[in-house]
Amino acid sequence: MSLIALSAGFLPLLDSVLLVLAREKGFAAAEGLDLHLVKETSWANIRDRAALGHFDFAQMLAPMPIAATLGLNPLSVPMITPMMLGLGNNGVTVSAALWARLADAGAPATLAAGPVGAALKQVVASSEQKLRFGVVHQTSSHNYELRYWLMASGIVPERDIEIVVLPPPLLPEALGSGGIDGYCVGEPWNTVGVKNAGAHIATVKAAIWRSSPDKVIGMRAHWAEANSEIVAGLIRAVHHAAVWCGESTNHQEIAAIMAAPHYLGLPAEQILPALNGQLDIGGGVAASVPEHFVPYAGAANFPWTSHAAWFYSQMVRWGEVEHTADRARAAAMTFRPDVYRSALTPLGVPMPLADSKVEGLLAAPTEVPSTSGTLVIGPDGFFDGVQFDPDEVEAYIAAQRAA
Amino acid sequence: MPVQDLAILVIDENRIRASIIEDGLREAGHARVTVVNEINEVARVIERDMPDVVVIDLENPNRDRLEHFFTLSRALKKPIAMFVDRSDASAIEAAVEAGVSAYVVDGLKKERVKPILDMAVSRFNAFARLTRELEQARSELEDRKVIDQAKAILLRTRGLSEADAYKLLRKTAMNQNRRIVDIAQSLVTADSLLGPEE
Repeated sequence: MSLIALSAGFLPLLDSVLLVLAREKGFAAAEGLDLHLVKETSWANIRDRAALGHFDFAQMLAPMPIAATLGLNPLSVPMITPMMLGLGNNGVTVSAALWARLADAGAPATLAAGPVGAALKQVVASSEQKLRFGVVHQTSSHNYELRYWLMASGIVPERDIEIVVLPPPLLPEALGSGGIDGYCVGEPWNTVGVKNAGAHIATVKAAIWRSSPDKVIGMRAHWAEANSEIVAGLIRAVHHAAVWCGESTNHQEIAAIMAAPHYLGLPAEQILPALNGQLDIGGGVAASVPEHFVPYAGAANFPWTSHAAWFYSQMVRWGEVEHTADRARAAAMTFRPDVYRSALTPLGVPMPLADSKVEGLLAAPTEVPSTSGTLVIGPDGFFDGVQFDPDEVEAYIAAQRAA
Repeated sequence: MPVQDLAILVIDENRIRASIIEDGLREAGHARVTVVNEINEVARVIERDMPDVVVIDLENPNRDRLEHFFTLSRALKKPIAMFVDRSDASAIEAAVEAGVSAYVVDGLKKERVKPILDMAVSRFNAFARLTRELEQARSELEDRKVIDQAKAILLRTRGLSEADAYKLLRKTAMNQNRRIVDIAQSLVTADSLLGPEE
C-alpha cells in the first residue's frame, strides 16, 4: 500500500514531539500517512506557508488558527484546529539579576504565580528602567498568559514594562547578554536558559492557567473538509503518539529522538526535564511539576471551544480585534471537538461529551461525562481564581476592560 | 510621487544577497533604498526612514519580531500588509518559492509595488542559483581530491598506472552500485587505518 504524503511545518519546541513521534514511531505510517516534517525558522513562515498550502497542516500557536479565521493576518484563510498538541509546556524565565531582586522582594523559589507576581510588582515599582520581557509572538498563548499574570499581579504591560518578540532559540542568549530581563517561552528554552544563561524559572504555565493548551494542529478549513479521511487518520496517529509520549518509561527514548539536529538539536539531558516535569529552576533548586507538559492525560488533546473563546477574549483585551458576537462565535468554532470525536470514536477512547467548559470550575481532578469509559480531567483555571465562562464572554471582556 | 520615490528597506543577514538586491533596486531607479543586516537596528531605521516597502528573506528567524515592530511603530500610519495583493496568488507563490517576503504600506497601489517584488524574487533566485553552482563546484573539487588520494594509494600499494587505478575505482563503483568518490573515500579511510603509523 502506498502511503499518502502529508507535509507539516514545525518550530524547534518540545511540543512538536507528538508530530515527531507520529512519524518516528510509525503511528502515521500505520494510518497510511507519510508525514514530512519541515523545521521552520519563524511562526510567520508557518502561518504563510500553511495559508498557501505549502504545508497540509502545521504545529501552530493555539491562537494562530483563530487569528486566521478572523482575518487578522494579510494572507488569512479560515483555519481549524481539530486537535491540541498537549497541555502546559511554558514557563516564565528571568535573568539571574532579576531573580535576585525578586527574591529580595519575597519571591519564593516554588514557581507559585501569585507570590512571584507580587514580588515582581514591587520590583517593577522600584525600577528606574522598564523591565523588558520577551515572548515568541504577539498572537501566542505566551503573550496572553504573561500579560494575564502581570495584570492580575497589578502590573500594566503597556505602562509598566516592555514586551518584545524574539524567536524561541534566541531568547536564552538575549537573556544572557542583558538584552531582555525575562521571557515566556515553550520548553526546552526555559531549561536551556537555566543551563546556559544562569537564569531562573520564576513561574510556569501550569501555575498561571492550569490544564491549558499551548500548541495545536492548525489546517485550512477547506482542505480539512475535502480530506476528512486523511484528517481522521492524522488525528488517530497523533493520538497514539500522545498516549505513547505520556508513558514515563518512554521519556529517555523520546529525549534522544528529539535531540537530533533536524528536530531540536540540543543535548537530550536538556530536553528530559520538561518531559518528566523534574525541573532545575536555577540556583540549584529542583522542582517537581507533574503538570508541566501533559501530552495526553486529562483530555489534553481535546479542542475545547472554551479555550478558543478565552484566546479570543484576550485578542479583544489587547486591541487586536474589536469584539462582536459573530467574531466571538467564529473564533470559538475554529476549535473542532466534533472532528476530533469522530476520528477517535472507532478506537473507543474516552472523550468529553461537552464541547466547552467553564475555566476554573474544577478545583480537583473530576470525572466528567464521556463518550465511553471513565474520563477524569482537571483541575483547571487561573491562579487568581477568576472564572471564565465561555457563555459570558462579553461580561468577561467588560470586567477585564474595567480592571 | 513617482514609483522611484518609494522608500524601500531591505533586511537580510546575508550581506552579499542584500547588496545584490540593493543594486537591482538602484538600477531600476530607486534612490531611497536602505539595507539592514543587523535586526537590532531595524526598529530605529523604520522610525527614521518610514519605509513604504520592506523586503525580508524568509529564512530570517526575526520575521515575527519584525511584524511586531510594525504593529508598535508610530511612524507607519497603518500596520503593513504582506505582499502586494492577496488576490495575486501566483506572485505570492513565486515569492515564497524564492524565499522572500515583502511588506507594503497599506493603500499603495499594486502596480507601483509589483515591479519591486518581481525584482526581489528574480534576484533571490539568481542568488540561490549562484550559491548552488558554487556549492557544486566546491564539492566537485573535494571529490577530485579524494579520488586523487585513492589513485595515489593504488599506485603505491598495487603498482598500478594512474589510468588503471582510475579504471579499478570506476569498475568497483559500478559493481557495487556506488559513486566513485564513495569508493575512493572508503579506500582512503581504510588506508589511514591500516597504513603504517606515522
